[in-house]
Amino acid sequence: MLHLPNNLRILIGGAVLALILTGIAVYFQSRTDTLPADGEIRNADKPLAVEGIESEIKDGIHEPTGFIADEGLDLVIAHCTACHSAKLVTQNRADREGWKKMIRWMQDTQNLWELGAQEAAILDYLSANYAPVSRGRRPPLTGIEWYELKD
Amino acid sequence: MNKASNRRNFLKKAGFSSLATLLGAEIVYALPDGYTPLVLQGNNDPVKLFGKHKDMVVLNDQPWNVEAQAHLLDDPITPADKMFIRNNGIIPENIDVDNWTLTIRGESVSQEKTYSLQDLKSNFRQHSYQLVLECGGNGRSEYYPPADGNQWTIGAVSCAKWTGIRLADVLADVGIKDNAVYIGYYGADTHLSRDPNKYPISRGIPIAKAMEDQTLLAYAMNDEDIPIAHGHPLRLIASGFPASVSGKWIHSLAVRDRVHDGEKMAPPSYSVPCEPVQPGTNVPNEDMCIIEQMPVKSLITYPRSGAMLSASQRLPIRGHAWTGTTKVSKVEYSVDFGASWKPCRLDAAVNPYAWQHFEAEVSFPQKGYYEVWAKATDNTGLSQPMLTPGWNPKGYLNNACHRIAVKVT
Repeated sequence: MLHLPNNLRILIGGAVLALILTGIAVYFQSRTDTLPADGEIRNADKPLAVEGIESEIKDGIHEPTGFIADEGLDLVIAHCTACHSAKLVTQNRADREGWKKMIRWMQDTQNLWELGAQEAAILDYLSANYAPVSRGRRPPLTGIEWYELKD
Repeated sequence: MNKASNRRNFLKKAGFSSLATLLGAEIVYALPDGYTPLVLQGNNDPVKLFGKHKDMVVLNDQPWNVEAQAHLLDDPITPADKMFIRNNGIIPENIDVDNWTLTIRGESVSQEKTYSLQDLKSNFRQHSYQLVLECGGNGRSEYYPPADGNQWTIGAVSCAKWTGIRLADVLADVGIKDNAVYIGYYGADTHLSRDPNKYPISRGIPIAKAMEDQTLLAYAMNDEDIPIAHGHPLRLIASGFPASVSGKWIHSLAVRDRVHDGEKMAPPSYSVPCEPVQPGTNVPNEDMCIIEQMPVKSLITYPRSGAMLSASQRLPIRGHAWTGTTKVSKVEYSVDFGASWKPCRLDAAVNPYAWQHFEAEVSFPQKGYYEVWAKATDNTGLSQPMLTPGWNPKGYLNNACHRIAVKVT
């Protein structure tokens, strides 16, 4: 340090000072994140943005979520992806009653809010696009990737 | 990177006012400032986040649910990169190992006692076992009518080497009362709704299971710190039961004088109808029973399904078989859809609840398409069904035979 030219010393000093100030700024900014009070129930993080979804639809699929593009897509994105991935929806199949049961379970136990008048539209969307497909008890193997087995 | 300011930028871009209009005014979101949703972090690749094998299959990324494929499970001891993830909540951040503690409390302790992680490691004898962990819902995707939840195929199972101390030793040190019935765990993960008063999952085990030699408070997996996705720094391991009883990131255990009533202990979670039901039946919660021992099951881990071989080749097969009861007595294979079965060579388990390795040399009568099916039988004489077993509302306990496709050309 003793052998450094003065301008370099100033530069290093300035950099250290900037780092400290940034640290202080970050600290105080993070303190503004309010901690929940005792007994306060904090809702899920905000749902994904639902603006501009039209431009994200390709071949009938809303690409960022994987949802089938249909009437009610915006509602499903808004309500269902606040807490969990869209994948939890798209991998499941149920009739209207089954989807309703899942919604009730989430409302009873998982902090899902009331869906009000929008519930019917959501159930329409889910039961139309993610309905059960009968397969029997042991369907043939599908999607086999054939390869030559070497000795 | 300043998460808080990212957050505000995101809000600005998202156009919150129009969203609020869409959702209806009665919904009020408390927005945690410091949190950026996973999907916006641009980092939801389990290869990068958790070092998982690239062929692991992501069923869900919030919460994380990732499964293996049969051929990925060929190792005798499952390495971390091929171990399934089943999380119910959000993985805890900023784990402070140096200050991590475990508190034992509940109606049936003689005293409440808190141990540091270091206390646990230095004051109790260390044990290592190879232990199967299988999700209760492994195989759910095959049930019809479909059961809701993560649609696991066959890959929500692993057998790693777990190292820790016996839960029984710790309970003896604390002192538990005669009326102890159940142990419940509490972990540091966050509920998906970010409600700080809600646990994502808080399950447990009957006291008899807690007292078994292989029931551990584990701090190492495959001789390393437990990976974060699998419960670092402290995890309960109670093999043979659905893996959901093996709580991750645990900071407290409750010794209960009743069946533990934590999150996802109550039906329909991890429960099946007490009496068999017709598929699709609406079963009231009071007619459901909590799953305990997992049934006998096996997987063919070599070769990968889809092997083509010449008529002169014999096909070596191998895999693992396991059960939540005592042991697997035999494994057989069939190339004619169960019309005939031939025995596999079967290793003994290295310890209770480890999976047992099997192998065989398979020959085929002529050219054509075959499926090689494997069937394990436990020491009580129970075998794996070839069809999906009894339907249950949440699609648990599917131990139907595994099969691979083979073509002889």
